[in-house]
This record gives sequence, structure tokens and C-alpha cells, in this order.
Amino acid sequence: MVETFEPKTDYKVVGTRPIRHDGYDKVTGRAIYGGDMKLPGLIWGVLVRSPHAHANIKSINTSAAEASEGVMAIVTGADMPEAPSKLVDLGEGNVNFKWASNKLMAGDKVLYHGHPVAAIAAVDRHHAEEAARKVVVEYEVLPSVTNVTDAMSDDAPVILPDLVGDDLGEEITNTNIAEHMRHEFGDVEAAFAAAAHTIEREYNMEMVHQGYIEPHNATAVWDEEDRIKIWTSTQGSFNARTQVAGILQIDVSRVKVTPLEIGGGFGGKIPIYLEPVAALLAKKSGRPVKMVMERSAVFETTGPTPGGRMVIKLGADANGILTAATADIWFEAGAYPGALIGPAAMCIYAPYEIANTRIDGWDVVVNKPKTAPYRAPGSPQVAFAMESAVNELCEEAGWDSLKFRMDNSSREGTRRGDGVLFGKVGMDEVLEATKASAHWNSPLGDASAGKKRGRGIASGYWFNIGLKSAANLAVVSDGTVILTEGSTDIGGSRVAMAMHVAEVLGIDAHDVRPSVVDTESVGFTDVTGGSRTTYATGYACWIAANNLVDELKKRVAILWDINEDDVDFNDGAFSSKAEAEKTIRFKELAGKLGDLGGPATSTGSVDLESAGDGFGLHIADVEIDTATGKTDVIRYTVVQDVGTAIHPSYVDGQLQGGAVQGIGWALNEEYYMTDDGVMANSSYLDYRMPTFLDLPMIGTEIVEVPNPLHPYGVRGVGETPICPPIGALANAIQNAIGTRLYNTPMNAGSILEALK
Amino acid sequence: MHPFAYVAPGTIDEAVAVLNEHGDRARPMAGGTDLIVKARANAWELDAVVDIKNIPELMSLSDNGDGLSIGAGVPCYQVYGNSDIAAGYPGIIDGASIIGGIQIQSRAGLGGNLCNAAPSADGICPLIVHSAVAKITNASGTREVAVEDFCTGPSQTVLNTGDLLVSIEVPKPAANSGAAYTRFTPRNEMDIAVAGVGVMVVLDSSGQNFESARIALSAVGPTPILASAAGDSLAGKPVNDETIAAAAALARDAASPITDMRGTVEQRKQLVEVLTGRMINKAVERARG
Amino acid sequence: MTTNSPSKVHVTTTINGQQHELLVPPYMSLLDTLRELIGLTGTKEGCLDGNCGACTVSLDGRIVDSCLVLGAEVDGKNVDTVEGMATPEGLHPLQQAFLEEAALQCGICTPGILVAAKGLLDNEPSPSEGRIRHWLAGNLCRCTGYDKIVRAVQKASS
Repeated sequence: MVETFEPKTDYKVVGTRPIRHDGYDKVTGRAIYGGDMKLPGLIWGVLVRSPHAHANIKSINTSAAEASEGVMAIVTGADMPEAPSKLVDLGEGNVNFKWASNKLMAGDKVLYHGHPVAAIAAVDRHHAEEAARKVVVEYEVLPSVTNVTDAMSDDAPVILPDLVGDDLGEEITNTNIAEHMRHEFGDVEAAFAAAAHTIEREYNMEMVHQGYIEPHNATAVWDEEDRIKIWTSTQGSFNARTQVAGILQIDVSRVKVTPLEIGGGFGGKIPIYLEPVAALLAKKSGRPVKMVMERSAVFETTGPTPGGRMVIKLGADANGILTAATADIWFEAGAYPGALIGPAAMCIYAPYEIANTRIDGWDVVVNKPKTAPYRAPGSPQVAFAMESAVNELCEEAGWDSLKFRMDNSSREGTRRGDGVLFGKVGMDEVLEATKASAHWNSPLGDASAGKKRGRGIASGYWFNIGLKSAANLAVVSDGTVILTEGSTDIGGSRVAMAMHVAEVLGIDAHDVRPSVVDTESVGFTDVTGGSRTTYATGYACWIAANNLVDELKKRVAILWDINEDDVDFNDGAFSSKAEAEKTIRFKELAGKLGDLGGPATSTGSVDLESAGDGFGLHIADVEIDTATGKTDVIRYTVVQDVGTAIHPSYVDGQLQGGAVQGIGWALNEEYYMTDDGVMANSSYLDYRMPTFLDLPMIGTEIVEVPNPLHPYGVRGVGETPICPPIGALANAIQNAIGTRLYNTPMNAGSILEALK
Repeated sequence: MHPFAYVAPGTIDEAVAVLNEHGDRARPMAGGTDLIVKARANAWELDAVVDIKNIPELMSLSDNGDGLSIGAGVPCYQVYGNSDIAAGYPGIIDGASIIGGIQIQSRAGLGGNLCNAAPSADGICPLIVHSAVAKITNASGTREVAVEDFCTGPSQTVLNTGDLLVSIEVPKPAANSGAAYTRFTPRNEMDIAVAGVGVMVVLDSSGQNFESARIALSAVGPTPILASAAGDSLAGKPVNDETIAAAAALARDAASPITDMRGTVEQRKQLVEVLTGRMINKAVERARG
Repeated sequence: MTTNSPSKVHVTTTINGQQHELLVPPYMSLLDTLRELIGLTGTKEGCLDGNCGACTVSLDGRIVDSCLVLGAEVDGKNVDTVEGMATPEGLHPLQQAFLEEAALQCGICTPGILVAAKGLLDNEPSPSEGRIRHWLAGNLCRCTGYDKIVRAVQKASS
């Protein structure tokens, strides 16, 4: 039985904006990120990488590297333990240890450009890099495929000879298609036959990267007790532990992961890349080994989210009610299975109530880096296709696209594309807030000479995950509370955790001191991902705080010599049910605990189904130079149901940051691949993420429809905002120039092409 | 990065001696914003880096009334931060102020931009249209090379072993002249030109007719291109949409771009035509004062 | 250890007001000099090619990407990093404004942006939004969408 909560409004701490506890270290440079790690005797590791996208390794000669000055250890694929083919859930995506191991060190074959083939540890980074240049690898280059169409063609090279694909439950071999899945509800054929308006369109997208500014890093010690200690930047220390143990084939209890501060992840720091290699180098050298990835390798070997091909068909009746939808999506997984077509299928129709739907998804292996989760993985792609198709349907039928979205909106009981029925959701409230917003009610304004303006809207959805979290509390005699938790803090979550505790205990948020601790100091906690952290770890904090209240009631009972059932707790004060004037505040009690049974501690843990569905809608205004194709985003507003905003500033920040990643994806970001499978633009110069100068201020309209599944009504917030921007910009560009773009990036070149 | 020695001589002679000693395994360094990147990527394997910033002649920036002399090591911010130069040479400022961001402009200069010889260099086209000359020295003496002849291919220049760029000499612009440069980039800053166009026009005293013009193009060929036919087409013609459009079309013809991750042939040619028209108009506006 | 390497360079430099005497490998960047030789890890590595600004420091009052400066070059110069912004009396107004405006999420770009923004406000105490965006264009942030950073710099402006 899932516990549900009634919404409250009389919060003391929730909804306020205290300064984040970890902020002081972060604005002064004191905060220790993964790359800042230092240990006595530390040496550096670097990787030797494949210059080919697909090749057999004929030989590796490391003798010159071994003789190179300062070298202390060398690892190749031969040193990697054989990991079994076993699928393990990482919270936001799965990992198969066999593939995960091969990904970070090739065996007899390289599968993507930049694939590691050897690792060198030396006294410092410079000497390790110089030695790495001396490793000689002989390759037999194979033909490569870097898009889904080529990878599925009959004469495509098979990338993983032992891949057994799953085609709607049937096993297939000798293939690059890892999975073909389907969800179907209602009678799609009949619904299309009866539809008054139909539209069918194809959309194509290039791969994009999460773009976090901090490169991947890892520091490892392999000690004399055969225990591995890892310090790293990760979105989940416990999941990193699972992966290290699985790849190195040792007991999970022999691995301790200490999460250091993390410089961005967006899903890309859920998988690991360096940790097991650093550990093996540490074992061989007997020294702590640190590795920091170079930026080009971050692009070429980590993170991207799939590009691919999508075909969408929509049907509506004469009144503008959607009756049927089908979608076929082919996503690039990268060099190993796992393109996250499942989440895409869950999200594609979510903002709409559609009686008859089908979706078919294909997970296709290509000679590119293995994809990783990226902020609502799979959803922005399908939202681009769906929101474009919805607007084009409206354009053809002459319907207002906001009214159409209102007439077809999801609500409690609506069936999602994968069959799940929605609980209490806020899509209607988001649409109403959009209609009432200042942005929607402001004119677009006149374009300057030679330019055209347009406005577009698009919806977006992410389901938000729950999963497992744990938190510990301990009372300090001065009335403060120590909070230890396992969710690595990428965007200010420590303060939100502290606020959950403070709200329960009736104390100031700064009287709770939150720390993110290692895997041996708190219970298992799933990744900071899936928009689950404030929801699930916050929930665990809330339970811990309530357990602490129960514990403290016992102490008050001792103090007043009454039965603990006769102790009440309200607004930070304990009182006697029998004698109302008898009260003691939390802070005062804290100082007396030494004589009332000793230290007071508590824990809380959760395993939750869902973090509450998150819906948003974005409004984008663009101005386009029709001679150069340049698009400027001149005004932008995010409307989103966040459940309850615990710390509104950081909620705003999630909405703004997600929107801007989506804007970059829509307009300029892409993996530009050469014919031989090399990413040509693997630098921040040519992988064009938006700069300060490319954006307006990003307006936010926070809608709060409390989530009944959380004590304060929190919904996951962070991922939904990356879903609408691509569609919103496609619709805005269409509105400006009268021509629709079906492929990303919608850059200046493609706009010029469209204007011809 | 191959381990190189660092030397920071105080005189041209010392610098030239080190360059001669190491041949193509030594490079002069001004701002280092290209050199360090190339050395780190092992595109250049160097034994010595010769920091030129302690050599007074290479760090001097002066406008003596007859023209502008820009020392090879003078960073961009000093060029655009000088109000006299900004007023007298706005076309050069157009280029110097868009090379990288503020951090890069603190270090990178026009001399390095020229020696780096990127086809997309934003600093070179303005110098070409200003008829600037590169002053080069070596052990046997000093010579001058027109900036349009300086680059011979991507990252290739007329500099030989032991040659050191001392300064860029920009003649004083003629009366009734104006210059301008712009580029097209997908982002508004921190980006590399898909195509760029620099224009210098000299008008007659009425301001209604072109006496002469020079047009230079970036990122549409292996080197920055002096589009002579396009510039010459304006000489003696009235300033109007028709003559400007004709020159822009000729500039388009002069472009020989490739398709790569930054843009296609067709896009680059169109951009050249569009930007040429815009820059002629801007240069005319500046010429008219 | 350094038998094949060119000899180290003797460098006397002032970092955050304090003089340091160092022996720097000639090919070592100022970024690594700060982080590895001196232990000032507040300055971050993001790309090592001058396109992200995470390693921004002030060199004789001008902001630079420390990954594109050699440690050997700073002999006789003043280097200021994020670690030098706060004083015993408290945070720099920019640091305080970043906290109050929630202008950081992961915080990895924050040191570089703070140093860059200080470089702006030291010379232009009241910049416009456009000027702030132009000045900081060399600093990438992937978390915030820049909105709150612009507001924080505006708040710290006079």
C-alpha cells in the first residue's frame, strides 16, 4: 500500500531560499572535486586510445612505453577480468558487466574511435602521456557504421558478433539490432481509417553530449587487504561501487567509493569509465593512481544521448480530438546495446490523451561511443517529433495549437503510451498557466530589417523515478542536527535535504548540517538521476526526522517522568498532553540529551515506485536572419508543474538549465562524424554549446500541483525541462519563416537550405 | 606534450639565434593560445619555445601619424583598448575584438593570428584590406611581405627557419576611407568563422562614388583571400545597391570553400555574398563619417 | 627523473598577494603550476584548449585561461585566483551574490566565472546585462542557463 499525503500550505522552511551549505566552499575554491584529489605517493594514469572506429587489434607492443621514463604500470585488455554477461539495473538505465568492461578497455577489437586499448601509470601526468605515445598497436581496420540506417542494412558489418538481439521476444543473431519492442493499445488501424485529419512525418536527429564542464576522473587505491578505495565524481557512489565490483569481478564489500564534488553529470556520470582501470593500475604499481580524462575523449568516448530516426503518424477527428497515434523510432545505442528506447516509449504520447496508440522502438548498435542517460533520456527526441507533428497537424487543420493541447491533455486516469495510468498530474494546470502567462499574452514584436520573428510552444514529460535512498541523523548538543546522506549533490540538493529535516523538527535549515558521505557511511542510495533526489532522498530525510522526533519523545518522557505516548510535538516544541503549559523546544532538549539516555540518532530509508509525473510547456520566441539563417532566441519561458518547490531558486535553476541544454540541442549541438567514424568536432570550440551571449534571461512559471506520493508534495523537477525546447524551437522557426525543419540540429545552414 | 625548453630572450638577435639553432623544432610564442594547444595535441613537437614578450620592439604599439605599427606580440586587448587606434582603424578593431573571448584577447594578438595562418583567422582580412605589411627579420636582415602574401596554406606561411615576425605595419588610411570586418558564426562569440569578410573602401570627396576598394575573405579557402576582382569592380562606380550587389557576387565567385563540420560550400558562398554587401555598406558608412 | 627533460625554470611570482619561488617544468601550464606545484586546486581544468574558461585566473590584472599560459611565463608577475577573492573580513561581494542568487549548481565553472566577473567589475562597476554576457562569453556553464549568474553579477555591481 503506497502512502499518500494531503497537500499542506503552512510550511515554515519549505518554499524558502536558504543559502546552500556547500556554497561557501564552492565560491571560494575550497570544494574538492574529483580532479582535485591528492594522496601521498599519488601517480597518474592515462589511456591509449584507438584511432579507428572499428578494427581488429592484431598486436599491442608496450615495450617502449615500459622503458619510458617514470612509468610504473601498464594495463591492457589482457589484464581485464572476464566479466559475465549480466544485466544490472543502475536506476536510470541498465549495465551489462561484459559490455561495460569491454567499453572501458578493448579486448581483441575496437568498436568506436577513442576506445581504450591500454593504460599507463607514471610518476606524473606528463610522463604518463609521453609513455602512452610509445605504445604501438597494430590494427586491421574494419568498415564502420555510424547511423541506424547503415547499421541495419543487410551488408552492415556486425559490430558485436555475440550479440543476441530481442525482436519482439524472438532471439536473433548476426545483427546490430539489440532490441525491437512494441506497445500497442486500442485499434489503431480503425482509428486512422475514421480520422478526419491525419499526418505522417519523419524526423532525424544527430547524437548530442551532456557537455558537463568537469571531465571524468577517478583516483584509486588497491590496498594490501585486497580492498579497493575509489574517489571520483559520480552521480551515484553506490552504483559506481556496483560497477567497479562487477567489472573487476570482486565482492561489492571490497569496494569503497567516496564521492567527491561533481562538476555536472546530467546522466553522463552514472556509467563509469576510469575507475576499474585506475584500480588495476594501482594494483600493479602499488601506488594510488589518479586519472583525468581529456576533453576530446569526453566527447569521443563518454556520454552521448542517441540520435536516430523517428516516423510519427497522428490522427484526429473533425473536432480536433486526437484519436490515433503511431511511432516508429530507431535510436543509436553506440557500440553496445542500450539506447533507452523504453523511456522514449513511455514519454512520447504522455502529454496527450489518445485512445489508440502504437509505438515500435529499435535499439541499434553503431560504431560510436556507448550512449549514456542524458536528462530525461529518450524523451527530448520523441518530444521533438511529437510536438512538431502536433503543430503541423494543427496548422493543416487550422486549429490553435494551445487550445488543441488543452482539448487533448493528459489527466488522472489517462493511459500513457506504455499502458501505465496516470495518477494526479498537472498538465491541465500547466496549460492554464501558459494561457495566463505574461509571455503568451505579449505580442511578438516587430523584427528588425531582414529578419523574421516567430513563436512556438511545445510540451514535455518525464516520469521521474523513485528507487532507494537512505539518510542518517544525529543530534548535536547545541541543537543542530548532523545529516548524512548518499545522494551526490550536483545542483544544490544538500540544502533541499536539510530543509526536509528542518521542516519536521521546526528548526532553521542552517541548523541541519548535511553531508554526502561514502558507501560505508550511509545506507544504499541510488543515483542522483531520474529527478529522484529531492523526492526520494528528501523522503528518506523526512522519515529520519520523524523517527528522530519519536526517539526524542522518549527522552522527553524521561525528563518529565511521563509516558512517551503523552508527549506531543508541534512546531519545534515538545509538550505534555496532560499539562499543556509544560513544553520544551528541540534546541533546549538537545542540550539535555546527555542525561536522558545519551546520543539521539535516527535513520530513514525508502524504496519508492515513482517520483510523480512531471509535465511542462515552453514558449520560445525567435528572430531569424533570413540572409544568414542565424536564429536568435529573444524570449523564452518555462512553465512546469513541480509539485512543491522545496527551494524555489534551485527549482528555477533546474528549469532554466534544462531549457538551455534543449536550446543548444535544437540549434547547434551535434556529433559531426567523418566517413571513417571519427567525431570531427570533439572540442568546445566546434561542439557548440550556448554561451552567455547566445541567450536571453529564461523566464519561469512554477506551477505547484502537489504530488500525493511525497509528504511535501515534491515531484521530480530536473529532467522535464529539457524535453520541450527542441519542439518549441522547431515550431517557432516554422512560425517565423513558414517552413518546417524535421532534423536536428536546426542550424543556420539547414535554415538557409529550407529557405531556398 | 613533448617536453620543450622555455626561453625568453630580451632582444631580436637572441630570439633569432635560438630559432636558428632549433630549426622547425622551435617556435616563437606570443600569446600562446594557438601554440600551447598545438603542442599539447602533439600537432607540433617542439624542443624550444621562444617567448617574445620580453623583446621591446615586438611589444610596441604606435600610431605615428603615417600609420600604425603593431608589434608581433601585442595582444588584442591593447589594440582595441587604445582609443586612437579604435577611432582610426575600426576595421582592425572589428577583427581584434572577436578573436576568442576576453581571456584569449588578453594574450592573443594579430601577429600570432597571422603566423598561425588559419584560413578562418579573424585578424588577417582586416589587415589585408588595409594593405598592411608584415615586417620579418632574420639573421641576415629584415624584409617586408604584404599580408595578403603572408599565408601560403592552412598553418603555412612565408616564414622560413630563423625568421621572426617583428611587426605589422598598417599604412594610414586614405581620406574618405572606411573599413569593416565581420564573420558569420553559429554562436555569437567563442566561435570560429564559417565565413568572414573584410572591406576597405575609399570614396571620392562627395562620398557618393567609390575611388577604390579592397575586399578580403576568410574561411572560404586554404588561406585568407584577397578578392581583387570584387574590390576592383567598385572603383569609379557610384555607391548604390547595384554596384554593391555586383561586388558581392564577385566576392562569392572568389570564394573556394570546402564542406566541413562548420558549413557547406553553398552556405559559405551565400554567406560571403551577404556579408560582403553588409560590410561594403558599413565601410561606406564609416568612410562618410 | 628528468634526465630527458629540459631543465626547470626558476620562477618568482606573487600569487594572491603572496610571493612564491618555484622550479617549474618549462612545458607546464600555469593551471598545473597552480594546481600541482602550489596546491591551489580552486582553479579548474575543463578543456585545456581555452574554450571553457573554467581555469580563468587574473594575470597582472587581465583575465586569462591559465591552461594556455606557461608557468614559466609568470616570473615577476601577479597571479590572482579564486582562493584570493575572500578576505578575513568575509566573502567578496560577487561570492556573496552568487550564494544569495543561487548562481551555481554543480559549481565547477564558478571559480573561473567569479575571477572573470571580478575582472569586469574592477574596471566597470556597473555593466549592462549585455556587457556582462559579452565579458563572460569565454566561460561556459552547462547547469544554470546563465540567468542566475547574470543576476548575481548585476547584484554585485554598484
